[in-house]
Amino acid sequence: MTQAALAHAFKADSGRVLASLIAQFRDFDLAEEALQDAMIEAARTWPKDGTPSNAGAWLLAVARRRALDRMRLLKRARDEALQQNLSLLAETPPEDEAAQEIPDERLRLIFTCCHPALSQEAQVALTLRTLCGLTAREIAQAFLVPHTTMNQRLTRAKAKIRNAAIPYRVPEGPEIEARLAAVLSVIYLIFNAGYSPRSPVLSAEALRLCEVVHHLQPLPETAGLWALMSLHMARDPARLNTLISLKDQDRTLWDHPAITRAITRLLHALAQSRPGPYQIQAAISALHCEAASWAETDWPQILALYGALFKLSPTPVVALNHAVAKAHAGAPKGALASLEALASALEGYQPFHAARAELLAQCGQAHAARLEYDRAIGLTSAPEEQAFLRKKLSDLP
Amino acid sequence: MQYMALIYAVPNGEEGYEGDMMADYGQFTQDAIAAGVYVGGEALMPETDASTVRMRGGKAQITDGPFAETKETLGGYYLLECADLDEALTWAARIPSAKYGCVEVRPVMVFDQ
Repeated sequence: MTQAALAHAFKADSGRVLASLIAQFRDFDLAEEALQDAMIEAARTWPKDGTPSNAGAWLLAVARRRALDRMRLLKRARDEALQQNLSLLAETPPEDEAAQEIPDERLRLIFTCCHPALSQEAQVALTLRTLCGLTAREIAQAFLVPHTTMNQRLTRAKAKIRNAAIPYRVPEGPEIEARLAAVLSVIYLIFNAGYSPRSPVLSAEALRLCEVVHHLQPLPETAGLWALMSLHMARDPARLNTLISLKDQDRTLWDHPAITRAITRLLHALAQSRPGPYQIQAAISALHCEAASWAETDWPQILALYGALFKLSPTPVVALNHAVAKAHAGAPKGALASLEALASALEGYQPFHAARAELLAQCGQAHAARLEYDRAIGLTSAPEEQAFLRKKLSDLP
Repeated sequence: MQYMALIYAVPNGEEGYEGDMMADYGQFTQDAIAAGVYVGGEALMPETDASTVRMRGGKAQITDGPFAETKETLGGYYLLECADLDEALTWAARIPSAKYGCVEVRPVMVFDQ
């Protein structure tokens, strides 16, 4: 068995095994160390004994023993968790244990990682570390922060979970909606990390996490986010790792079967009549994906959806998109007036200046448009975005 | 009258402390108990373990860390025995001043025996 094959087996199971370990021992560090021990044991024995039929259960069984060994070493015998585990372990013969289905504790784990008493950057880091199995170094690279900073962020978050006794549970009742919103926003941040272009690894992890959350607790907003991310990814082949605006993309390159799957799930979510920001954004994206060409886009419907989105999340960025849709729906002058009202809130926000430049050009104000494109170019350091905006600038009359 | 003595210090700033700080705290507590002035007292976990809750529009807003506005000053305290942070935050959110001010929730430090 090669190292790569081992790594693949670990990747498939580590999130679930780690979640189970944390559920049992209530200690992130102990769980991580025990899983690490079990992986070393696997790397030693699997190549000669063969990979066990249920690799995840094998890893969990070995890791639990290692965790108990470590707890004994650390003289944590007074800990209640150990007493419970010792008696549980005494009742279960090892061969049965390795054959057991691993209980899926990942939902509880993600709600712990995304607890509002942790900062959002800590939520993102901890989710990637524990549920996706990324190393601190990998996460640091994805978010362009020094490795030591990321290590500190993770250490501090784990310390707070332990010291402040942040519970390990799925919220119930009216609390669930707000707490789920925090989980989904972490998933969407992971999806967009490194934008643009997005990191393909993190985008895939975000989609997988969303699928896990939806599988364990199906709610319309989770399906909405899954559809939104799937639709973004379905259009990636037409972007060719560069920025090509939606208008100019070759729509035959889009992944149409993926679009159909996303829309099917979205329609099922919308039918439950519990709309939310992700479902609405996915619906907007779906209308773009369904249009055979830019000219055939259903702008009046998109405009109405942005109106609905603004009611749920009244942010200047949503207002900006609403104004742009208004222009496409045939009212560029009205749209330009709406943008003026947003100028102070979005001053320094590159997409605002790019959108304003485009609207000024549509309204025949080429000189003002040129100044706005210059402003937008000055606000981005990404070479791709600069090239994209320069092209627009050179296309002006 | 009861008075609350609030201890402010730079975290880990005791490095230059002359003598054994823990022993001195133990002595102070014993003296206060012996004198009959001691009602209660605890050491708190550091700010990095703090959470803050505000009630706005009927909803509890929870944030990481101690984030009192400079205009807000300490007006009282409750010591609550709770199973976990969620229970403590639920109670903290019910403290009336959370509707216009904020309530910082800090775990009490447990010393190894």
